Amino acid sequence: MSRIGVFICHCGENISRTVDVERVAQVTARLPGVAIALDYKYMCSDPGQNLLKKAVAEHKLDGVVVAACSPRMHEKTFRNAARAAGLNPFLCEMANIREHCSWVHEDREEATAKAIDIVKFTVSRVKKDRALAPITVPITKRALVIGGGIAGIQAALDIADAGHQVVLVEREPSIGGHMAQLSETFPTLDCSQCIMTPKMVDVANHPNIKLYTWSEIEEVSGYIGNFQVTVRRKARSVDEDKCTGCGVCMAKCPQKKIDNAFDRNLGTRPAIYVPFPQAVPNTPVIDRDNCTRFKTGKCGVCEKVCGPGAIDYGQQDQLIVEPVGAIVVASGFDLYNIGPKPADSPYEGYGEFGYGAIPDVIDGLTFERLASASGPTGGKILRPSDGKEPKQVVFIQCVGSRAREKGISYCSKICCMYTAKHTMLYKHKIHDGQAYVFFMDARTPGKNYDEFWRRAVEEEEAVYIRGMVSRLYQKGDKVVVMGSDVLVGVQVEIEADLVVLATAVQARTGADLLAQKLGISYDRYNFYSEAHAKLKPVECATAGIYLAGACQGPKDIPDTVSQASAAAAKVMTLFAKDQLEREPIVARVNERNCAGCLACKKVCPYGAVEEKEIRDRNGNLIKTVAYVNPGVCGGCGTCQATCPSKSVELDGYTDEQIMAMIEAL
Amino acid sequence: MKHDFEPKIVAFVCTWCTYAGADLAGTSRMQYPANVRVLKFPCTGRIDPVFILKAFQKGADGVLVSGCHPGDCHYMAGNFHARRRFAAFRKLLEFVGVDLARLEFSWVSAAEGGKWVEVVTDLTERIRTMGPLAEFKELETEEHWSGRLETAELKEAYNNI
Repeated sequence: MSRIGVFICHCGENISRTVDVERVAQVTARLPGVAIALDYKYMCSDPGQNLLKKAVAEHKLDGVVVAACSPRMHEKTFRNAARAAGLNPFLCEMANIREHCSWVHEDREEATAKAIDIVKFTVSRVKKDRALAPITVPITKRALVIGGGIAGIQAALDIADAGHQVVLVEREPSIGGHMAQLSETFPTLDCSQCIMTPKMVDVANHPNIKLYTWSEIEEVSGYIGNFQVTVRRKARSVDEDKCTGCGVCMAKCPQKKIDNAFDRNLGTRPAIYVPFPQAVPNTPVIDRDNCTRFKTGKCGVCEKVCGPGAIDYGQQDQLIVEPVGAIVVASGFDLYNIGPKPADSPYEGYGEFGYGAIPDVIDGLTFERLASASGPTGGKILRPSDGKEPKQVVFIQCVGSRAREKGISYCSKICCMYTAKHTMLYKHKIHDGQAYVFFMDARTPGKNYDEFWRRAVEEEEAVYIRGMVSRLYQKGDKVVVMGSDVLVGVQVEIEADLVVLATAVQARTGADLLAQKLGISYDRYNFYSEAHAKLKPVECATAGIYLAGACQGPKDIPDTVSQASAAAAKVMTLFAKDQLEREPIVARVNERNCAGCLACKKVCPYGAVEEKEIRDRNGNLIKTVAYVNPGVCGGCGTCQATCPSKSVELDGYTDEQIMAMIEAL
Repeated sequence: MKHDFEPKIVAFVCTWCTYAGADLAGTSRMQYPANVRVLKFPCTGRIDPVFILKAFQKGADGVLVSGCHPGDCHYMAGNFHARRRFAAFRKLLEFVGVDLARLEFSWVSAAEGGKWVEVVTDLTERIRTMGPLAEFKELETEEHWSGRLETAELKEAYNNI
């Protein structure tokens, strides 16, 4: 016979207001197997917990039910109390009579009856509970950082400085990300490259950082503390160990007319290239789609001119498996496509703004390249169509952002500030020019942000027009911008030389695919979801995976750096221990009954089920059965519901426990 | 308001989404009928159809199965397995003679306290108008079935298998 203790909490008045707790105690005390049933004002308080501990000792309890709030709230508290009293923590269960009962029902009769039912079936369950021992798994103290923008760089440096190995994987030939493309940064107007490139060099020189550029994540398996990550190192066609970065190959490459994506296609680059002069690593990559050698088999100039003999046309993609204990995802963002709607895009696009059709309609990032000293114009703001200095520039904000009809309802957060910055950069370079900004609201929360915006308006004389633009069209060499000023209530028409669109920040194309490889969740815009919006802003719901930067949502540089350091701190917290303790809610196979059909293996989302051969002493195969690796098992129990012979059981949720609950209904 | 018939409803929910959604309904002090008894599972993938039969057999008038939205499963794919399993199971349940309106399958996320209230309220009201589940209890009280196809309906059902 079991000896169960039932403890019913009043939760101040939160429960006792609608549930007659004394009655619940009286009724449950009479249940078979219940040794004692008590009610108390605050079970979670110190005296409440001591009451539980004392009762366990005095009544030699072999199971405990705490009828109180949700187990999501205090299960840990009471299981720890049970443990302190010498009881296995998994013999303590909670009956949720607050969130699921007293708070959602008004009728005292009904609520009390329901509370009794809840306690009743929880008592039945506890009787079938088994003592479980927590599983400890070793932690591989190496971290993977996905993405080499400012978020990934910051996280990698922080973790590496703490003394842990870091593998940094970047998709492009160089780290740097979007920040390397910017000219100056708000609100201080310091040059982006000047603050970024030293950090990039730190990454390259750090003894604890292994840098994989021109590489992508192929596959991720494992779990917190023990991930196995397969990295695809795309063929660079240049031997990184031999290359000295002299740049002769790039100078001699006959194919020089390829659009330079780093410069937003304003300039061109050769087929063997580094994206920008300060690239890290400073090792070129051959763009095989545009290289004459790869297209026709002729050429081969770079091979001839390369002194160290680093060119290797036969290089293949390499798959490298890296064992890591934690993953920081810092895969960044893309910009909203403002051209005509692509077939596979969920967003409408802005065909009416003529982007792509009118050469002098550009986006904000292109303007950054125009203003950048290392950009295609050497920092002179010249319009793309005829290379003239634009004397009137119109900036349009919220292109894509906050436009529900176009598919995005969120605010991209950075555009108000960077547009204000653009008007300043423009004014600093073209003193007689005039900037106009069409805006919905100026959103400038942040340290020194509003002051910065006011400076753009009051000192740098940008004309802010509240309203949206309805139409853009080419007229001669001008772009006519038609909009409305809703504050004054008039229609506005401006003949602009250049139009800059502040396009929305959106999730990376393919962000969902990466999330599926990692097993993390994402929202309807494909931004990655944090475990808790307020209290776990850098953790994913999947343990051991952390988020940094704009892959989680639009963010400016200070926020991104903060989040990256926070993610790094979380990784260091994990790595501070040698062993990781995890809940023993895992599946176990009854090898005697298992027929070896391995239906469980097919449905297991973790790949935790392996084949195990059972042999006699002479080594003859008796049968093959399933084996669940407890370190890999996530504890969903899908295998158990699938098993035709009921030979696999999920500890903590066995058929026996569940049937006992249903029987008690 | 008192009703003539108060159905017994059992909800099988996953701990990550629907259980948390029901918690949210509680912390938001929303109100819904007290007929539902919630059993927590790690995942809808863990829910064996036998549990549903058992619940009906033990006197449940309606059963609710609810988990994470497709794509949101904490265990990546458990809810997809559950969805497939219950698509097949519904046919079987219908064949056994349980009105499918007594079984509700829904997705309620951890943020959808309001949806939880809606789902529970709708199901409770629906079952109230349907009345108690008698067929199953009658079946249970009957002697073991002889195996002969006595009635025309049984014969037809057999031929349709």
